[in-house]
Amino acid sequence: MPQFDPSTFSSQLFWLLVMFVALYWVISKIAVPRIGEVLEQRARVIQDDLDRATQLKAETDAAVAAYDKAMADARGQAYEHMRAMQAELKAVTDQRTAAVTADVNAQIAAAETRIGAAKTAALDSIKSVAAETARDVVAKLAGLSPDAGSVDAAVATALKDAR
Amino acid sequence: MAEHAEGGHSPMEQFQIEPLVSLHIGNTDISYTNSALFMTFAVVLTAVLFWAATRHRTMVPGRLQATAEMLYEFVAGMVKDNTGLEGMRYFPFVFTLFMFILFGNILGLMPYGFTFTSHIIVTAAMAVFIFLGVTFIGFWRHGLHFFSLFVPPGAPLGIAIILAPLELFSYLIRPLSMSLRLFANMLAGHVLLKVLAGFIISLGVIFGLVPFMAVFAVTLLEIMVAVIQAYVFALLTCLYLNDAIHLH
Repeated sequence: MPQFDPSTFSSQLFWLLVMFVALYWVISKIAVPRIGEVLEQRARVIQDDLDRATQLKAETDAAVAAYDKAMADARGQAYEHMRAMQAELKAVTDQRTAAVTADVNAQIAAAETRIGAAKTAALDSIKSVAAETARDVVAKLAGLSPDAGSVDAAVATALKDAR
Repeated sequence: MAEHAEGGHSPMEQFQIEPLVSLHIGNTDISYTNSALFMTFAVVLTAVLFWAATRHRTMVPGRLQATAEMLYEFVAGMVKDNTGLEGMRYFPFVFTLFMFILFGNILGLMPYGFTFTSHIIVTAAMAVFIFLGVTFIGFWRHGLHFFSLFVPPGAPLGIAIILAPLELFSYLIRPLSMSLRLFANMLAGHVLLKVLAGFIISLGVIFGLVPFMAVFAVTLLEIMVAVIQAYVFALLTCLYLNDAIHLH
């Protein structure tokens, strides 16, 4: 077995040492620092991106909260506005309604007064017409000329009975 | 045992160390051999891989950079999970170990390849270095308190006296088990492949299909073993480092 030939040991050990040290130099001076740098840089970039994403998310949340608040405020304000407007409208309406009602009532009252006056006048004229007619009727039928006082009394009695 | 070379049919012939450039320091032979050549390949390929992969260093990695990052994060995760953050200072060493063994194992599976990890002297040298290093780190960090590693936590005194020598023995046997595991896995896999491949020729075109399929399947298995053994070696290093850093 060539493995147990001691004459080859010295050269194998010598070149093992040389090559291992050479490879150690390559790995520790070139490979490890360079790859380590790349990995570290990548980890840093990813961390930065994550940090920025977190920050942006916080900003977005704040913006959304501000928007919601503004929206709620505006809605509240609009509601207030609407209520004020409604109250104002109601006041105006009430006022106008009251004015119109008063006007109408006044007109009704005036009309009623006029009607009452007309009625009284009509009744008075009926009385005089009836008295005159009664006097004429009596003159024609009986040939009498009764005095105005008794005719009027009789007419008043008759009208009172008729009513 | 090295006299099989003439026929070239021995399954052991693939492990023969062939000097390519003869070199000596005094009486010591340090010839540049096929083993050294494949160590060079492993180093150069790893260096080229990492150099090319980290040339542009883009935020969104390309295919090569993603491969390098995957290897890095795999080993870094293994070190961090098993030894904690204090162990990360040894991460370059574990990474080097993993890449060296991984490329050694896989390059050995290439046709005409040589597997330097199939030589016990190489695996033993690495295992002994790790054993000595870990022991040194243990004494350096904890002083004589490091011996408490051999006393199982929570054991009553009577049992601890029995268990401590066992713990010590299992600690001392670590370099042996570590080096034998890698060496034996590589050796057995390559011998099996060579023996099965030999059957293809001797059984001819029709019956040779059976061992051919077997070689195909075993090659897949060996690729898996190559990766797993590199992982196991690195993982054991992490576990031993953890013992030295945290004791229990």
